[in-house]
Amino acid sequence: MDLSAINPVLFVAGFLVAATPLIFAAIGELVVEKSGTLNLGVEGMMITGAICGFATAVETGSPILGFAAAALGGALLSLLFAFLTQITLANQVASGLALTLFGLGLSALLGQSYVGIKPPRLNDINFGPLADIPVIGPILLTHDIILYLGIALVAATWAVLKFTRAGLILRAVGESHDAAHALGYKVVRIRTLAIMFGGACAGIGGAYISLIRVPQWTEGMTAGVGWIALALVVFASWKPWRLLLGAYLFGGITQLQLNLQGAGVAIPVEYLAMSPYLITIIVLVILSRDKSAAPACLGRTFHASS
Amino acid sequence: MTDTPLLDLSGLTKAYPGVIANDDVSLSIAPGEVHALLGENGAGKSTLVKMIYGLVKPDAGTMHMFGAPFTPSEPRAARASGVGMVFQHFSLFDALSVAENIALGMEDAPKMGALSQQIRDVSDTYGLPLAPDRVVGDLSAGERQRVEIIRCLLQQPKLLIMDEPTSVLTPQEVEILFKTLRKLSAEGTAILYISHKLEEIRALCDSATILRLGKVVGHCTPAETSARDMAEMMVGKLLQTPTRAGKSPGEVVLELANLSVSSPNAFGMPLRGISVEVRRGEVLGIGGVAGNGQDELLAALSGEMLSTPGMIRFEGQNIGLLGPTPRRAMGILSAPEERLGHAAAPDMSLTENAMLTAAAREGLESGGILNWGKARGFAEKIIETFDVRTPGPSNAARSLSGGNLQKFVIGREVLQRPDLLVVNQPTWGVDASAAASIRQSLLDLAQNGTALVVISQDLDELMEISDRFAALNEGRLSEPRPAQGLTVEEIGLMMGGAHGMEVAHV
Repeated sequence: MDLSAINPVLFVAGFLVAATPLIFAAIGELVVEKSGTLNLGVEGMMITGAICGFATAVETGSPILGFAAAALGGALLSLLFAFLTQITLANQVASGLALTLFGLGLSALLGQSYVGIKPPRLNDINFGPLADIPVIGPILLTHDIILYLGIALVAATWAVLKFTRAGLILRAVGESHDAAHALGYKVVRIRTLAIMFGGACAGIGGAYISLIRVPQWTEGMTAGVGWIALALVVFASWKPWRLLLGAYLFGGITQLQLNLQGAGVAIPVEYLAMSPYLITIIVLVILSRDKSAAPACLGRTFHASS
Repeated sequence: MTDTPLLDLSGLTKAYPGVIANDDVSLSIAPGEVHALLGENGAGKSTLVKMIYGLVKPDAGTMHMFGAPFTPSEPRAARASGVGMVFQHFSLFDALSVAENIALGMEDAPKMGALSQQIRDVSDTYGLPLAPDRVVGDLSAGERQRVEIIRCLLQQPKLLIMDEPTSVLTPQEVEILFKTLRKLSAEGTAILYISHKLEEIRALCDSATILRLGKVVGHCTPAETSARDMAEMMVGKLLQTPTRAGKSPGEVVLELANLSVSSPNAFGMPLRGISVEVRRGEVLGIGGVAGNGQDELLAALSGEMLSTPGMIRFEGQNIGLLGPTPRRAMGILSAPEERLGHAAAPDMSLTENAMLTAAAREGLESGGILNWGKARGFAEKIIETFDVRTPGPSNAARSLSGGNLQKFVIGREVLQRPDLLVVNQPTWGVDASAAASIRQSLLDLAQNGTALVVISQDLDELMEISDRFAALNEGRLSEPRPAQGLTVEEIGLMMGGAHGMEVAHV
C-alpha cells in the first residue's frame, strides 16, 4: 500500500468533476419535488441526456451543442412523465419507474453506433495567470464551463426559491395544491414546467458523464447516479446548499475509493465500491434529523374540482 | 345607503348532477351593509358565494356590481373587482410565513419588507394582532383567520365574504372580529356573512337572506327577529331544544391522575398534570382556545397516545399502555375533531368507515373475516338514525358535506353503546337542527349511564349539555365546576388560565 501515490490536488479537482453530474440531476429533482411532484425517472432522463449529448457532440463536433441537446432530450422525456401524471393523473411512482426503464432502453437503442467512439473535448476555461496560483489554481480553476454552471445553478435555485415570487408560487403549489388552486394559480402548468426543468437538468448531468467524466458511451453508464440524486434530495431536506454538500461528499468518497483501489489498499474492492453510497447516506441521515421539510403535497395527485 | 346596490344577484341557478345547489336565488347588498346568508348544510350557501368569487360559473342568472354586469371567470378577476373571501377551510400554506401567505393572495405583491410593514399597519388599524414573519403552521385557528382577513383587507375590498368565520374562535376572538367587521362596515365595505350562529347574526348583521334547499325562503332584519324564528325558517320545522331528566351521577368511570404526556406533534401542546374524575351518566364539558391540548387530551384518552401507567384509570383498571383497539373493546370510544383523515378515511365508503371503528363492538367480523352485509346494515342504521344526507352507504366519506360527515362520525360511536365517549368538536360546521339532534343523542347516552367527555370550542353548546365544565389552557385543566350558573366572565377567566399561579408560557 502506498498512500503517497494519492496527489491531494488532483484528488480534490477530481472529486469536483465526479460530483457535477449528481449536482445537476439532484438540483433539478429538488425543484420538481418542491412543486409537489415525485419524479423517480431521474436515472432514465440522465441516460437519455447522456446519449443525446454524446451523439450530438460527435455529429456536430461541438460539446456545447451536445449539452444543449442533452437538456432538450431530458426535457422531452420528462414531458412524457408530465403528460402521464398531470394530464392523465397516473400514479407518480409507477410513471417515474416506467420512465427510468424506458430511458435505459431508448438510450441503448440510440447509442448502438456510438460505442467505442471518443467525443470531442470541451476545453477548460482559461483563467490566465490565475490558474498558476499554487493549490487553488489547479483545484478550482482548471475546469470546464459546465462544472461552474452547476454550482451557479445551485446558488440560483436557492435564491429563486427564497427571494422571488416565482419561487414562492412554486413552493406554495408543493405545499397545498388545493389552496394554490383556490387562489387562482395554475397548478398543472407550474408543475409541468418544474418537471421539464428537472428533465433538462438530469439530461445535462447525464451528458457530463458521457462527454467529460468518462468520456465515452456505454450502455447504462449512469450506473445509479440518478437514484443517488433522488436520495440526496430527501436527505438534504430539500435545501440546495445542503444538497451541494452531499454531492461533494459523495463525489469525494467516490474519488477517494478509486484512489485507494489504485494504491492497493488491503480492503476488498466491493467494500470500497459501496462506501460512497453508504457514507453519503449515513451523513445526510444525521444531518436531516431536524424536522423533515418535505413539501406537504409531494407525490399527491392534483385534480381540480371546484 | 345609496340607491344602486353594490352587488345585485338575480335568478342565479346552479345544478350539479343529481342536485340543484341554487335555484333562482336573488339578493342585493348595499355598500357598508352587513348581510347574513343563513341556511342548513347543503342549502347552497357555499355554492352561491363561490359563484360570486368566480370559483363556480352559474348555469343561469345575472350578477351586477354597481349596476354593471359582473361575471368573474376566476378568483383573480373577482379580487380585481373588489371581492375578497375568507374561506371556511382556511386556504393557507402551513410551511410558509404569514407574509408569504399574504403575498400569494395578492396580484402585485410588494417586496417582502414593504409587505411586512403593510401587514403591521393593517393589523394595527383594525386591531388584529399578527406578526408577519411567523410560520402559519404555528398559529392558532383565530390567528390563521386573521391572516386571511388581512390578506383580503390589503386589497381594499368593496365586498368581503366570510364563510363561517367564528366556528373556531373563542368569545374574546369573536369580539375582536366583530369590532373589525363593524369598523369595515362603517368605512363602506359590504360584508356577506355566512354563519350558523344565529345570536351572532342578530348582534352583527343589518339584514339576512335565508336559503333552504337552494331556494330563497325569506329575508329578515335579524335584530328584529328572534333566533328561534330564523332557525325555524332555515329548517322549515319546529326546533327541539335538547332536554333531559334530572339525575344523579353514578360511580367513577374515568380517573385521570396527574396526566402528563408530551405531544407527538412539533406544533402540539403537551398535557401537564391533568387530574379529573368522570362519573357514569355525567357530561364533562371541556372548553378552551384551540391548540391548548384538546387534540392531545383526546389522543391520550382514545389510546392513540400512550401514557405512564397509573395516570389513566378506567373502571379501576390501568389503561395507560393500552392502544385504541383494546380500549374500544372495553367500551372507551372517541370521535376526534378532524373529520377527514382522522375520524374517517376520506376515500373509503361509509360502509368501510363503519367497519373501521365498529368491527369488534358490533360483531362485524368473526375470526378475521369481515361481514360486509352486517357492516352495510350498521352504516345504514347510522344514516337513518342521524339523518345523514347521502345517496347511500357505498358513497365515499369525502363526498359528504362537513356537517353530514360529522353526523355520521358521531352517530357511528353513539350507536356502539359506549361506556365512556370522548368527542372533540361534536357539532363543528353542523347546522342548528342537526347540532340539536347530535346534542340530544349525547344527552340520551348520558341518561343511559355513559360517561361523556365533550371537548368543544362552542361555549353555548358546553353550557347546554355539560354537568360540569373545565377549561384547557397551555395543556393544563382548570378545576371542573358545575356548569349551572357559570357566567361568561368566569368562563373567560378559566380559559385564560387564571386558575393557577403559574405564568403561562408561550
